[in-house]
Amino acid sequence: MNTDLAKEWEGFTPGRWSNSSINVRDFIQKNFTPYDGDESFLEGPTDATKTLWEQVMELSRQEREAGGVLDMDTKIVSTITSHGAGYLNQKLERIVGLQTDKPFKRALQPFGGIRMAQQACKAYGYEVDPQIVEVFTKYRKTHNQGVFDAYTPEMRLARKSAILTGLPDAYGRGRIIGDYRRVALYGVDRLIEDKEHQKATHFVRMTSENIRLREELSEQINALHELKELGKIYGFDISRPAATAQEAVQWLYFGYLAAVKEQNGAAMSLGRTSTFLDIYLERDLQKGLITESEAQELIDHFIMKLRMVKFARTPDYNALFSGDPTWVTESIGGVSVDGQHMVTKTSFRYLNTLNNLGTAPEPNMTILWSTRLPQNFKRFCAKMSIRTSSIQYENDDMMRVIHGDDYAIACCVSSMRVGKEMQFFGARANLAKCLLYAINGGVDEVMKVQVGPKYRPVEGEYLDYDDVIDKYDQMMEWLAGLYVNTLNIIHFMHDKYSYERLQMALHDRDVKRYFATGIAGLSVAADSLSAIKYAKVKCIRDENGIVVDYETEGDFPKYGNDDDRVDEIAVWIVRTFMDKIRKHHTYRDSVPTMSILTITSNVVYGKKTGSTPDGRKQGVPLAPGANPMHGRDSSGAVASLASVAKLPFRHAQDGISNTFSIVPDALGKNTAVFAGEPDLEAILQNAEGDAHEE
Amino acid sequence: MTGFIHSIESFGTVDGPGIRFVIFFQGCPMRCLYCHNPDTWEGRGKPVTVEELLRQYERNKEFYKNGGITATGGEPLLQTAFLAALFRAAKERGIHTCLDTSGICYDPSHPEETDTVLNVTDLVMLDIKHIDDDRHRSLTGHSNGTILAFAAHCSDRGIPLWIRHVIVPGWTDDADEQERLGECIGGLKTLKAVDCLPYHDMGKPKYAALGIPYPLADTPPATQEAAQQARLHILNGIRRHIQKNHSN
Repeated sequence: MNTDLAKEWEGFTPGRWSNSSINVRDFIQKNFTPYDGDESFLEGPTDATKTLWEQVMELSRQEREAGGVLDMDTKIVSTITSHGAGYLNQKLERIVGLQTDKPFKRALQPFGGIRMAQQACKAYGYEVDPQIVEVFTKYRKTHNQGVFDAYTPEMRLARKSAILTGLPDAYGRGRIIGDYRRVALYGVDRLIEDKEHQKATHFVRMTSENIRLREELSEQINALHELKELGKIYGFDISRPAATAQEAVQWLYFGYLAAVKEQNGAAMSLGRTSTFLDIYLERDLQKGLITESEAQELIDHFIMKLRMVKFARTPDYNALFSGDPTWVTESIGGVSVDGQHMVTKTSFRYLNTLNNLGTAPEPNMTILWSTRLPQNFKRFCAKMSIRTSSIQYENDDMMRVIHGDDYAIACCVSSMRVGKEMQFFGARANLAKCLLYAINGGVDEVMKVQVGPKYRPVEGEYLDYDDVIDKYDQMMEWLAGLYVNTLNIIHFMHDKYSYERLQMALHDRDVKRYFATGIAGLSVAADSLSAIKYAKVKCIRDENGIVVDYETEGDFPKYGNDDDRVDEIAVWIVRTFMDKIRKHHTYRDSVPTMSILTITSNVVYGKKTGSTPDGRKQGVPLAPGANPMHGRDSSGAVASLASVAKLPFRHAQDGISNTFSIVPDALGKNTAVFAGEPDLEAILQNAEGDAHEE
Repeated sequence: MTGFIHSIESFGTVDGPGIRFVIFFQGCPMRCLYCHNPDTWEGRGKPVTVEELLRQYERNKEFYKNGGITATGGEPLLQTAFLAALFRAAKERGIHTCLDTSGICYDPSHPEETDTVLNVTDLVMLDIKHIDDDRHRSLTGHSNGTILAFAAHCSDRGIPLWIRHVIVPGWTDDADEQERLGECIGGLKTLKAVDCLPYHDMGKPKYAALGIPYPLADTPPATQEAAQQARLHILNGIRRHIQKNHSN
């Protein structure tokens, strides 16, 4: 191994990252400059930034007018190198690269499923080239086809009734974060060399696991060669490490761009790049190669590109996610395991794009929040949150214990070490509906057919708590097994037919895989059980004896008020279901986790769920994530958050989300109408002064 | 000891400094035309003990590090004994106590009873509805004499005061009267803040639910600008008071 520092690394502190292995974390820890100051150093947008952004806004307007899509590729299957170079305005762009050859033109990505690609085109008046359809029907199998070949009738039924829902069986699973920083730090040649070495040193006994990994490593190496090619298409040689800040941002972006050209994943998150890039920006600033305004411009242009990421998706898909999200999540801040905060000037620069380019949901700026973040940064985050409502917060103090200090968030809550851990995204099981199955002996209350096992339904007019809990426990046992097995099929087929070769090329060989299950309807299930326990719930049956509605007599404690009587029921549900998930074999020995997360899809899930014992009527939305049901948290925000905070993270390690909104006036005194001590003291002094003059 | 409350707000940010645990007491003798909590006027309320309230506070005390407890309502001083017990127990645990009151229950000839509460109160937020006594009667059904006496009593006792004033179009938006209010409160030695609140009509649905006609049906909500103007006029009044006193 060459121990001389490459010339691109001049000025960096060497370490394990430079003389032994691919180790971006070590590079960051040895080289980043923490920043404790305030935001006063930040610069506004340059003229080039303004011109380019106006162009993007104009394209967005045209896209809206055209009904949601401006242009679609119907002939060229998207790969890393499928398209020639595309630009907004080549002369002005400091960071270049588009998914296709034109801005806002959506790529054709049929590996997840050809039907999904056809429907997406059809919905906007386009038609996929018949030859492509033939290839992906007759000659090249897709992920979607593979999954449905293996599904059992029970799985199909559970999917149809939506007790299992949002499953990534017809679209890309996403939630994998390539370590795009590696491209900038090492250049692609070094990464290929490393992958060749990984392949050459792997087990030679040809079990199916080892054969699969050898094939995957070869695919990864091919993808890296194509990544170099992508650089060339835009006139860059990214085989070597990035030498300047501009190159570092560009190289990193090429890594990400290659990933989105190849995969239309449900969440295509970016990782944790701001403090990494800060090292390059700081070096160039120190050398006097760039000004602050130019540093900000690089970040602005990079973020602008991330905001332009678009996929061809069906209206159904967009309805599920209430929009057209790409989940380009970027994790900012956090604290090192040695206690040093990791906020840099570039953490501020990223957030400043919300000023320079205006607010936007993407990229999803996520602050890894710790009590130890510097005060100035905390203030800036608060200020930007109030101004833009575009910042997400996650608890670094909690996640650092599990993942160390180089993890990032995929999608909205899923945490994983960058380049070392990945996850199999598993959508969610509807536990509110599961409770109704327990009451009705596995009969779906909307479809009126037997979906679950034919257990004994409840009898009598009123629900009995112990009886319902017993039945719920058994029904969850069934659901957990079915759910895990369904996901095993999905991920087996995704690996087989739509493997994320470029993203996995930017991982270590031996990655830790999480098996990410999820639940929906937690607060409805908890409140329903509370109603059964503390009030009286009467069953209303239809002509076939199926319980289709409930009458609740009396009041009962509701989740979201810091009331242990019901909060403990919610905790019990989470722990019980997770323990049942843990009993099952998971694909590729992945580690099972669970999320309590739905940010928008709770609306669609609610539509498919019958009336529940808590008084919620059929079709009414479930609460998002771990939120209390709308309007039932009547003791204010702290009590509401306290209920959520009781949910055990170790049983919901893939994340617990709580959507919080508050009117600005409820966040504190308005200084325009409030005169506190400083004002009064000033008056006193002035008044005394005036008095003496008189 | 048992008190009767309307509800709890676990995230109060406008009723005193910091984030506060706000207790809404049940019952109020005032009938202010613009009241937005008519549901706290009458009725028994929910029985609670001092221990229950403090236990609830302690569970989430992390949030209240820079805040504390605020008693509001309704009129907390209607339940003096319970309130005193609550604040005493809070002070023993080092919790900042704030009393949001109309001052109407104060009896100038027998201050001892109110003092049992003030002895353990860190901050009083006093709402002065109108500086003109007649207008105050029309607006609230009571004279403002007791209320102004209560303010002076707090000042004499060295208890920090925040004076609040609700700006209601057609009622309290006169610049001269606002200056007079300023001149009056300029004499309070412990005055720490002046808070001008624009009147809003978000209480309307509560009146409808209670079957009470909404008294200010024809009054529009006050603007932010009106509240800002009021703040200026009141501060001017305070300034004038101080100048007069110095030149005397």
